[in-house]
Amino acid sequence: MSTTTPRRRLLALAGVAAAASLALTACTNSSDGDDDTANVSNTGSGDNAEAGDTVTIGFSAPAADHGWMGAISSAAVEQAEAFEDVELVNAEGTNDVNLQISQVETFINDKVDAIVLLPFDGAAMTDVATRAMEAGIPVINVDREFDSPFAARTTILGDNYGMGVSAGRYVCEQADGNTDAVVAEIAGIDSLPLTQDRSQGFADALEDCGLKVSNRVAAEFTVESGERAAANLLQAAPKIDYLWNHDDDQGVGVLAAIENAGRDEFVMIGGAGSANVMRSIEADDTVLKATVIYPSTQGADGIKLARLIAQGKSMSDLAEVEVPRKIQLAAPIVTKDNVDQYMDSAFES
Amino acid sequence: MTGDTQTTEAAPAKRAGSMGVARNLGLVVALVILCGVGLITAGDRFASTNNIITVLSLASAIGVVAIGMTFVITGGGIDLSVGAIVALASVWASTTGTQAMAESVGWIVIVTTAIGVGIACGVINGLLIAYGKIVPFIATLAMLASARGLAEIIADRKTQIIRDQGFRDALGARPFGVPVIVYIFAIVVIVGWFLLNRTTFGRRTFAVGGNPEAARLAGIKVQRHTVYLYALLGATCGLAAVMLMSRTQTGSSTHGLMWELDAIAAVVIGGTLLSGGRGTVIGTLLGVLIFTTLTNVFTLNNLSTSVQAVAKGVIIVVAVLLQQRLANRSST
Repeated sequence: MSTTTPRRRLLALAGVAAAASLALTACTNSSDGDDDTANVSNTGSGDNAEAGDTVTIGFSAPAADHGWMGAISSAAVEQAEAFEDVELVNAEGTNDVNLQISQVETFINDKVDAIVLLPFDGAAMTDVATRAMEAGIPVINVDREFDSPFAARTTILGDNYGMGVSAGRYVCEQADGNTDAVVAEIAGIDSLPLTQDRSQGFADALEDCGLKVSNRVAAEFTVESGERAAANLLQAAPKIDYLWNHDDDQGVGVLAAIENAGRDEFVMIGGAGSANVMRSIEADDTVLKATVIYPSTQGADGIKLARLIAQGKSMSDLAEVEVPRKIQLAAPIVTKDNVDQYMDSAFES
Repeated sequence: MTGDTQTTEAAPAKRAGSMGVARNLGLVVALVILCGVGLITAGDRFASTNNIITVLSLASAIGVVAIGMTFVITGGGIDLSVGAIVALASVWASTTGTQAMAESVGWIVIVTTAIGVGIACGVINGLLIAYGKIVPFIATLAMLASARGLAEIIADRKTQIIRDQGFRDALGARPFGVPVIVYIFAIVVIVGWFLLNRTTFGRRTFAVGGNPEAARLAGIKVQRHTVYLYALLGATCGLAAVMLMSRTQTGSSTHGLMWELDAIAAVVIGGTLLSGGRGTVIGTLLGVLIFTTLTNVFTLNNLSTSVQAVAKGVIIVVAVLLQQRLANRSST
């Protein structure tokens, strides 16, 4: 009899853990996006810049619970404000799929001219996006892809695999034929497809020059988890030549761990392209010598594309008269030599 | 079945630490086996002074929270808000306002702010539970949500860098080559052990957790004691925030994610009863060390996170089974 109580407690604990994670998600919904991200919006030039028919664009994205996502939303809003002929209906950022579905349903009922949608979960938003398309409203899918090609008029997304490739190529270039170099990797949340894509790209690019990842750990995109993972990794590999960290948010913790351990024998490469990291690369006073970009301007580009499509315009730099079906953004490597070029589009983390 | 009931029934009589060594034997064996695996698979890298210091440093912040949690669980409660309190304390103590004050008054401002915020959250938890009659699960679940939410609002979801050199120097110091935070952890373990096993406060904690009604009849102010317990845990959360700020040099609303489960797991595999009335600080220390060493050994061997997750689950079960067997043998 006395044993049932702890057992029940454990069950209840498991239940509460589940509820706790829900509550955590719910409480992140209430805050506004940040407003001090770099201003990168511009109206472009040529015919497309001239004001056309006024169009209403609905915008919905997940909650701005980290620097990159905050930058996505605020850049989109700034971009819309830069156009005289765009009226933006900005839904409150949410990580609740049900709420995001109802936001899109409202856009459909209100008969907006186009919808820019960064889904919290691409698969879960596919159905409602398809319904919008069937109602004659073009949907611009940003970053996280829908399951069905019928759900979006145009998709604009970053290149996770390409991030790995860019980081890997940079390592190969620096190693310059040395196939004994020790390469380490600190990934983000390992169960996410985007993390697997990044790691695959990195491994493929390294293989090209005869290198491989000798030590790999995964963190959770947070400063604290980055510090923890890096502290252990540095003990696992007494000598490292190159270290790629997938994410600049967790990178703050990774750098702290490197400083705590007093290590400086290697070159570190970041990921995503935060303003902090770019300033650090520019100052050239840490092991951090480069980062690969995962553009936080996708939302802004989504607004631009939505406006063109709604107004029946084309992308003037292409010969084609229609806006393309899919645009994948590049994941360039940023070093001291070209950091100026990317500083303006970096996000504050 | 009979073995189970024996353990739990035999325990209250001997709970106050006299059988501490025997009860912790299973955990010691588990830790020794783990270290053996580390030595065999990673050799010098595992046994190096640097690596041992790394493991102890990584165990320190979560360890301090787990010691506080031991008191609350022994006292018949539970606190799911510890990770959120750590986050809120770290954010509050690293705002530009606090840092500016630290600049003029001294780094101690950062430390007192963090611990003050921790205690305040703990007191709110305690008041809601003791006087508001809200079950601990729900009261601290509410704190989990609102403390992290408030942390996000204050920090505007940005990572706040700590620039105060005094703070960084004081807590980043390494007397005799060991980081200050490891000393803090050691002191918390010693003070915690003494408080639980050798003081009236400790005896009251066992009494309140074992049978609150009997404790009340014995003249213990159960409600007030409950508030003290949550305040104590809040204080350890604030201290853990300070240690985390020293290690990462940041305050962030993402600090301490899922720490509630890590802390509760360490406390429970340590041998503290989830239903209250029995608790061990040394067991909790061993629990924390087992988890931290485990991650370290796995990273040294370059194993994937999925393998780590599976092994962690298996080792929790094995450690608890081992501990039950050995405790049974010594108590019968």
